[in-house]
Amino acid sequence: MTIHRGTTSEPLVKLLGVTKMYSQPDNYDILVLDDINLTIERGQFVALLGPSGSGKSTLLRIITGLSEPSYGSVLYRGRPVTGPNPHASMVFQSFALYPWLTVQQNVELGLTAKGVPLAARHEKALRLIDLIGLNGYEDAFPKELSGGMRQRVGFARALAVDPELLCMDEPFSALDFLTAENLRSELLDLWVDSKIPLQAILMVTHGIEEAVYMADRIVILSKNPARVAEDLTIALPYPRNRKSPDFVHLVDQVYKIVTDTDEDHKPVSISSPAGSPQKPEESERARLDPIPYGHLSMLSGLLELVSDRGGRDDLYHLGSELLLEVDDLLPVTDTAELFHLARVSEGDLILTEQGKVFAEVDVAERKAIIRKELLDIPLFRLIGRVLESKTNHAMVRDFFIDILEEHFSQDQAERQLMLAINWGRFADLFHYDTDTELLYLAEDQLPEAEATLLGQGQADS
Amino acid sequence: MFGSRQTESRSSYADLIIGVAILALISLAIAWATHKPHGISGTGAISLSYAKLPLDAAYSWSRMAIAYLISLAFTMVYAYSAAYNPRAEKILIPLLDILQSVPILSFLPVVLLAFINLFPGSHLGVNLASIVLIFTGQVWNMVFALYNGLITIPRDLRETALSLQLTPWQRFRTLELPFAMGGLVWNSMMSWAGGWFFLMAAEMFSLGHHQYQLQGLGSYLQTAANQGRWGKEFLGLASLVAVIVVMDQLIWRPLLAWSDKFKMEMVEGEAQFHSVVLVVLRRSRLIEWAQTALLLPMVEAIDHFFGIGIPRWRRQSRWLTSAAGLVRTLVTAGIIFALFTALEGGIRLAASLNLHTLLVICLATGATLLRVLVSLAISVAWTVPVGVWIGLNPRFAKSLTPISQIAASVPATALFPGLVALLFVLGGGLMLASVLLMVLGTQWYILFNVIAGASAIPEDLKEAARMFGLKGSHIWRTLILPAIFPYLITGLITAGGGAWNASIVAEYVSFRGHIYTTFGVGGLIAHDSNSGHFAALLVATSILSLTVVVINRMVWRPLYRQATERYSLS
Repeated sequence: MTIHRGTTSEPLVKLLGVTKMYSQPDNYDILVLDDINLTIERGQFVALLGPSGSGKSTLLRIITGLSEPSYGSVLYRGRPVTGPNPHASMVFQSFALYPWLTVQQNVELGLTAKGVPLAARHEKALRLIDLIGLNGYEDAFPKELSGGMRQRVGFARALAVDPELLCMDEPFSALDFLTAENLRSELLDLWVDSKIPLQAILMVTHGIEEAVYMADRIVILSKNPARVAEDLTIALPYPRNRKSPDFVHLVDQVYKIVTDTDEDHKPVSISSPAGSPQKPEESERARLDPIPYGHLSMLSGLLELVSDRGGRDDLYHLGSELLLEVDDLLPVTDTAELFHLARVSEGDLILTEQGKVFAEVDVAERKAIIRKELLDIPLFRLIGRVLESKTNHAMVRDFFIDILEEHFSQDQAERQLMLAINWGRFADLFHYDTDTELLYLAEDQLPEAEATLLGQGQADS
Repeated sequence: MFGSRQTESRSSYADLIIGVAILALISLAIAWATHKPHGISGTGAISLSYAKLPLDAAYSWSRMAIAYLISLAFTMVYAYSAAYNPRAEKILIPLLDILQSVPILSFLPVVLLAFINLFPGSHLGVNLASIVLIFTGQVWNMVFALYNGLITIPRDLRETALSLQLTPWQRFRTLELPFAMGGLVWNSMMSWAGGWFFLMAAEMFSLGHHQYQLQGLGSYLQTAANQGRWGKEFLGLASLVAVIVVMDQLIWRPLLAWSDKFKMEMVEGEAQFHSVVLVVLRRSRLIEWAQTALLLPMVEAIDHFFGIGIPRWRRQSRWLTSAAGLVRTLVTAGIIFALFTALEGGIRLAASLNLHTLLVICLATGATLLRVLVSLAISVAWTVPVGVWIGLNPRFAKSLTPISQIAASVPATALFPGLVALLFVLGGGLMLASVLLMVLGTQWYILFNVIAGASAIPEDLKEAARMFGLKGSHIWRTLILPAIFPYLITGLITAGGGAWNASIVAEYVSFRGHIYTTFGVGGLIAHDSNSGHFAALLVATSILSLTVVVINRMVWRPLYRQATERYSLS
């Protein structure tokens, strides 16, 4: 596209080594953003793409000045950002409308803050409500509107303050497919035809198609911690056609990059990192990698599907067929890889020998396979060791939470243990009593019994 | 409140400091009160003339209104500091928790003495004392409602305000206050109801050898009961109910219906409260004119003032910081001085105490605890079946709820004088009467919660029970009791607090010139304050408070947590 907005040599936004850590009560800091360097020029529509939990929303909030980086700095038109940036405004996934204010009052909110007199405020709000196609709804309350209309109000509110930079945090993901599509193309019309005095748009999304459809530049973030993995320019002319071969090719390419990025940061560090043999306790700690949040029922279904198709399928195809975003699909494929049931390569999911067996056998044998695999995962080895060494073969949940909190944030520790309990119950590795919050081994789960049981399982299959 | 593990471990440490600080403050008040010679007694006799009833009601209402306004102002300051100043939060929230569970009535004599000495020989002191008492009874849950509202504002809404550069005042006006409005209105209503309870007790009491009276509905009821004039007693009660019903219709119901629009829900739900008055107000031309011609320009002006005025003022920050430093130094000095005086007073008081008194107080606390438990048991025994029945039959619920609400709105303390008189006439000692009085003060909390719980049982669960042919005790054990459990616990917590408070008026009754007491810590407190044994009074009050706090921490809070985690239906 042609750059028709004010061109000066100075970039609009410049990130210099932005790093964000969340400090934990016990001094273990969680690194969320790692040394992000990024420049946003005037006239650009940038999509920040990354898996969920990659810290892209955090990055957006740092750029708008709502949150502060731990290290590094954000320059806006060459000046450091120290508080909420008055030249940037936000559109939220949840719309974030004030339910007690009417549509017009919501749109006027930012103008009120600027001290714009009543008459001018009304006039401007009405003009914007017109522009986004909500005329007639000025006096309606948000709860009387549909989701799409609410997000229109969200856009009008953000645009009312004449921002130079529009920041959008997954603005379409709470909307149904058709509404989202409609709103996307309307926003693109406003942007491409310069009907709004914006200098640049920054959109956080996990939708690959959405990013390729709307943005002229895609910045792909990796996970744990987030780094800039790839910076792509999308040179397709507007309006873009989702069916055109170029478009499909680009989406496929981005898909591959995203899945490969995920690959690089997979929990693989079973062995201690080389170069730090003098610190055994450090490497011990480094071993607890997060287990992916994959549902076991979804895992079974996916493997059966891929097995029926000859043991190999394109992830992008699978995703669009199952109406799953890459975000929902990746935890499942991660789980499959963790259990050595499949591997991801070049954007394809390929079943291993064990995966093919898994897809064929019944539930009891699937449980046996997963039990065998779980015993190789550090977190489950840890739980097993603790429960076996206790005389009553039981331990409170908080004990494990405390251990996990040395590796993860508080929320994440809870989620990890919940998932571990879920998997452990499925594989009949240990029991959990919700009332007493105890993890415990039943008679048949004791170490000796475990060995014989495993032997039987293998003899059966 | 029932937050994560870390905040809890922190708060127990803070609790200790705060508990000591409160004790110090009370003993400071006592020390100060006993230093001075007693002021002049209150007042002449209370007129029982019918013509004076409206005036009495007006007096009582004004005391309530003043106390409520003070509570509202205090709520804003306290909740704001707790929500936005992390250092203040560490102190203020555990403090709030303790103050909420301390039986306010036991402070009555202490507060009174202090205020009477502040304005010797005038009605002002007694009036102020009753207002302060009402204030301390009603303020805490309002503070908690606002604080809770402020800290639960969704991140997105907060970030919107920040990114749109709203000034702190505009943030308060458009986000914080509206968000907390629902809880604030509801708790204001609860507080006002609680206020009546204390007002009735505070308008007429004896202290030492003095009888203090304030013209009002509370004193009217007590005098009428004392003189055995049942017609007057009944009429007094009727006017109290009338005042409460009018308040409900003209103020609370419209406010509740109005605050519906501040709910965070994004679907148009069925409106919970209807108010004819609000509809009339909303359609009124006069109100509309007032809104556009007065309210709107005023809001604009205030916006302008805070938007333009404050930042300019803030620029002279050096002056401001030095002023803040001065204030901080003064406050610190004041606290140190107060603590020192309190300590001195406390030591003086402790010197006049012996082991025997202590033992008696502990035994008395046990006796009262027993009475509280019995009254709770009686309340549960009748409210659970009745409440479940009402809750499961929505047709009855509609017609019965207003009636029971009116019945519940009559403060138990207003009924005490009449009831005591009646019980003495019929025979039966205070032993029985005091338990009955406690039941009177507690049953409604439980009943309403049980009704709410039973009517919230989802239809599909009921249908499943019917399909499996569950009957009788089985359906109670598997469906009804677990479903109402969280509600029952909530009701019991409030009811327990009410029972402890009621013990002070229920265990020590003055009737027709005679004083009737029964063994218990409430009676002990009342007796000590009447006879001027301030050391024993202080110890009894603190042991009573400690007991309540410990029971809350050890029994109710774990139960509540279990109820919300295990039996929550959402």
